[in-house]
Amino acid sequence: MPQLDFSTFAPQLVWLFITFVGLYLFLAKVALPRIGGVIEQRRDRIADDLDEAARLKAQTDDAIAAYETSLALAKAKALVIAQETRDVLSAETDKERSKVEAMLSEKAREAEVRIAKTKQKAVANIKDVAADTAQAIVQKLIDKKVTKKSASVSVTSAMGK
Amino acid sequence: MSADTGTVVETAAEGSGIDPMHQFVIQTKIPLELFGIDVSFTNSAMFMVIAVILVSGLMIAGSRKATLVPGRLQSVTELSYEFVANMVRDNAGTEGLKYFPFIFTLFMFILASNMIGMFPYTFTVTSHIIVTFALAAIVFLGVTAIGFAKNGIGYLGLFVPSGVPKVMLIILVPIEVISYLTRPVSLSVRLFANMMAGHTMLKVFAGFVVSLGVIGGWLPLGFMVALTGLEVMIAFLQAYVFAILSCIYLNDALHMHH
Repeated sequence: MPQLDFSTFAPQLVWLFITFVGLYLFLAKVALPRIGGVIEQRRDRIADDLDEAARLKAQTDDAIAAYETSLALAKAKALVIAQETRDVLSAETDKERSKVEAMLSEKAREAEVRIAKTKQKAVANIKDVAADTAQAIVQKLIDKKVTKKSASVSVTSAMGK
Repeated sequence: MSADTGTVVETAAEGSGIDPMHQFVIQTKIPLELFGIDVSFTNSAMFMVIAVILVSGLMIAGSRKATLVPGRLQSVTELSYEFVANMVRDNAGTEGLKYFPFIFTLFMFILASNMIGMFPYTFTVTSHIIVTFALAAIVFLGVTAIGFAKNGIGYLGLFVPSGVPKVMLIILVPIEVISYLTRPVSLSVRLFANMMAGHTMLKVFAGFVVSLGVIGGWLPLGFMVALTGLEVMIAFLQAYVFAILSCIYLNDALHMHH
């Protein structure tokens, strides 16, 4: 078995030592820090990106919340404005209406007064006309002249019945 | 190896002139001697150097143009990095990450050696017990040193299982000591034996293909194809097992459970 040839042990051990130590030094000092650095860098980058994404998401959430708050605020404000406008308008309408109503009632009263006056005048005229008519009728019927005064008295008394 | 298989191997070897153990022979390429020690550059040394160049080359190529979204080669290096880093973290905790470069070197060196050995005309560095034992000894001595440095003399408490009647300790403590001391042996033999057995088996079947010829050689050839797939898996698995056991031993030294 060549493995048990002791004369080959020394050169194998010496070269194993040389190559193994050489490989160890190269890997430990040069290659592994470099590879580890790249992996570390990537891990950091991914963590950074995730943080950034989380930050942006929080920002988005904030913006949405702010938007919703302002929307609710605007809605409430709009309601208030609408109510106020409605109140103002109805108050104005009420004022206008009462003014118009007052004017109308004033006019109505005036008209009533005028109607009463006219009626009075008309009634007075009726008496005159009646007296005249009675005077004329009496003259025609019995051919007797009646004074205007007595005719009007008779008319008044007849109308009084 | 039983006498039966021995004869079969010999027959196969005789029939085709193939010696299944020949692939493990150390051949000196450049004879060197330093301070009376034989430091010849052998085929084993050559494939160790090739493994180192391969791993280093992969690591350089995979991290040279490092981008945020990794390319193919970068994915391979990062995958191996994360694989070993997770292995260390899961088995030895975050404290164990201090020794991550060592575990990574161990894993990649063994993996590269095993995988290179899967190519024809190559030499499998890890098929020699002295190499795997040296690696296991580094792990064993390192872990023991870390254990004593971290826990002081209290590290010996590792040999005293908790919640056991005092009388039982007379039996259990020697068992624990022996199991601790055999760690480097089991660690090294597992890797070496797997590599040697796999490669020997492939060679034996290859011998059958040649000796049985065009008519009967298809069956062992089919076996060889299947075995090659199995061996590739074992090449990875043994590197993984070696590294993960090192992590578990390291965990014992870092966090004493007993």
